[in-house]
Amino acid sequence: MRFNILGVIAAVALVAACETMPEEDATMDSSGDSSETTSAAADTDAPVGIMPGSEADLVVNVGARVYFDFDRFDLNDVSRSTLERQAAWLSANPGVRVAIEGHCDERGTREYNLALGERRANAAKDYLVALGVSPDRIRTVSYGEERPVAMGSNDVAWSQNRRSVTTVEGAGS
Amino acid sequence: MRQTIYFRIMPLSSKMWTRRLLGSFAVLLAVVVLTSNAHAELKIDITRGTVEPLPIAVTKFIGTTVDEANFGKSISDVIAMDLERSGLFKPADSRAFIQTAESMNSVPRFGDWRVIDVQALVQGRAEIVDDGRLRIEFRLWDVFAEQQMIGLAYFTVPDNWRRVAHIIADAIYKRLTGEDGYFDTRIVYIAQQSATGSCRGTTPLNPFGKRLAIMDQDGENRRYLTDGSSLVLTPRFSPTLQEITYMSYHGNVPRVYIFNIDTGHQEVVGDFPGMTFSPRFSYDGSTVIMSMAKDGNSDIYTLDLRTRQDKQLTRHSGIDTSPSLSPDGKFVVFNSDRGGAQQLYVMGADGGNVRRISHGKGRYATPVWSPRGDLIAFTKLQGGRFFIGVMRPDGTGERLLAEDFKIEAPTWAPNGRVLMFFRKERTNDDGTGGRSRLFTIDLTGHNEREVTTLCDASDPAWSPLNP
Repeated sequence: MRFNILGVIAAVALVAACETMPEEDATMDSSGDSSETTSAAADTDAPVGIMPGSEADLVVNVGARVYFDFDRFDLNDVSRSTLERQAAWLSANPGVRVAIEGHCDERGTREYNLALGERRANAAKDYLVALGVSPDRIRTVSYGEERPVAMGSNDVAWSQNRRSVTTVEGAGS
Repeated sequence: MRQTIYFRIMPLSSKMWTRRLLGSFAVLLAVVVLTSNAHAELKIDITRGTVEPLPIAVTKFIGTTVDEANFGKSISDVIAMDLERSGLFKPADSRAFIQTAESMNSVPRFGDWRVIDVQALVQGRAEIVDDGRLRIEFRLWDVFAEQQMIGLAYFTVPDNWRRVAHIIADAIYKRLTGEDGYFDTRIVYIAQQSATGSCRGTTPLNPFGKRLAIMDQDGENRRYLTDGSSLVLTPRFSPTLQEITYMSYHGNVPRVYIFNIDTGHQEVVGDFPGMTFSPRFSYDGSTVIMSMAKDGNSDIYTLDLRTRQDKQLTRHSGIDTSPSLSPDGKFVVFNSDRGGAQQLYVMGADGGNVRRISHGKGRYATPVWSPRGDLIAFTKLQGGRFFIGVMRPDGTGERLLAEDFKIEAPTWAPNGRVLMFFRKERTNDDGTGGRSRLFTIDLTGHNEREVTTLCDASDPAWSPLNP
C-alpha cells in the first residue's frame, strides 16, 4: 500500500545529487541549530565531468538506492529495476568494486535493525549476483538505524531510510 | 596505572576478612557501634504496587573545620538524593528540624523527630584524620523504637566522598527494605550529540558522534571511554570484572569488542567471518553471547573468554538476536522473527529445546533476564508505540511499565527492582527534537525518573555493585 509513495521516493532519490551525509565539521559553533544532523547534500562533485565508473556516475546515472517496506527485505519492481541498471553498470565498469549498505528506519529496536539491515544489503547483493555480477566484487555492511538520510519522525522520512545504498569501494562512505 | 587495593570490612570484636577492590580508591570500613537486633522494627515492603515513602531525616553530617563541614553537607545531600530517587523514602525538609545536627553528640532527642513525623533518622560526622584521609561515620536510628539500626565508619581518600555517600545510602536501603541497594553502581551508555547542538564531535562514519561513556548511577562523574572516531553501540557491563562488551564500527567493520575500564585496553571478541553484534556477558562473566550475521542471516553464538572457543546456538533462517543468559547460565532468552514477526524465545544454553514465550499482540524485542532470575524485561512494539515490560521466564504475567513514541533497551539494577531504559523523542522535519535520554522506573511501574546526562544518551547498561 506504500508502493505509490515508494515510487515517488525512488524518483526523487534518482534526482538527488549524491549520497547524503551529515556534515563532518566537528568544530561548529555551539549556537548552531541542528543543521549538522540534517541531510545536507555533500557537495563533493562538480556538476560537469562525471567520470564513468565513479560514485557520482552510479548515483546520478544509475541510482544507488533501493527502498524497502517496513520490516521487509524483499525487492519490489522498482527495486529490481534499479538493481538491474546497477548490474548493467557494473558489467560496463568491470574494475569497480562496491559495498552495499543496509539501512533501517527508527521504528524498530537497534539490534534487530542491525540484523534487518544485513538482510536488506544481502537481498540487493543476491539480486546483483543473480544478474551475473561476481560476488567477489560486492561487500555488504549493515548500519541498522544508525545512518538515516531523512531526519523526521514521519512515514515519508521512514520510507526514505529503509534502503540499501550501493557505493563504490574506495570512494568514501 | 591503577593498582589493586584491598577493601577491609571490620565488624567490632569479630574476625576480619578482606575483599578485593579494583579501582583507584581504598575504602576502609569499620563497625564502630554494635547494631542492636531490634524486633518489630521499621521496614519497607518494596514488593507492593505503591508504597508510601518512608519519612526519613538525613541530617547534615557535622564537621569541626570548614572543610569537614563541607564534606559532611555534601555527603548527606547525596545520601538524601539517592534515597529520595528510589521513591521509597521521603527525606524531610531540614527547615522543619527541631534538634540540630550539632547537638546530637550521642543519642538523639527522639521526641523532637517524632513530632515532625520522621520515622528514621540519619546522623553523621566527617573528619579529616592525621594521614589526610577522610573519616565518615554515620548512624541510622529508628525514631519510634528509639533504637540504633546501624552504626558504621569509613575511611577513604577525600576525593572518594561521593562513593562513600552511595555506600551509606545502600546500607540504609538494605537495613530498611531487606534488599540489597543499588546506589554504589555505575551506568555505561552511549553519549551522542543532542539536537540542541551540545556534545558534538560527529564524523561521516559516526554521524551522531556516538561515544562510549560511563557515570555513577545518579548521573555524576561522567566521562567518555571512546573518542568518537568510530560508531559504537550497545555496551554491557561484565558482572564480575571492570569490563564492558560493546559493538564498534572501528575500521568500518562492525564487530563486538571488550573494553577494560581500568586499562583502556580494547580487544575484538572472537574471530568471526561476519558482523558480530548484540553482545552480553553471562552472569558469571565467563562467556559473551551475541549474534553473528553472515550472508544476510543472523544467528546466536557464544564465546568462552578463557578457551576462546565459539559455539553456534541457533541455526535458523530467521533473525535471531538480542540473546541474554539466565543468572544460572542454563537458559538463553532471545529475539527471533522465525514465526513471522519478532517474538521472545527461550532455549537451553546448548541451543536445544527452543520454545516461544511471548504470545501477546505486537512485536517483542531486547529481552534481558533479571539478575534475580524471576523476570525477563523487554521492549514491545505495538500499534506504532513502544513499551517497556516484564514477564516471567515462562511467558506468563506480562506487565507493561512504560509507553511512548520510542522507548527501548531496559537494563536491570543489580537488585532486580529497578529498570533503566532510554526514550527518544520524535524528530521534527527540520532536524530539531529527537532528544534521547535515560530514565529509571520501578518494577512496580511507578516512580519514573530521568537520569540527567550532559549529552543525549541511549543504550544504558547497569553495572553490578561496585567492588
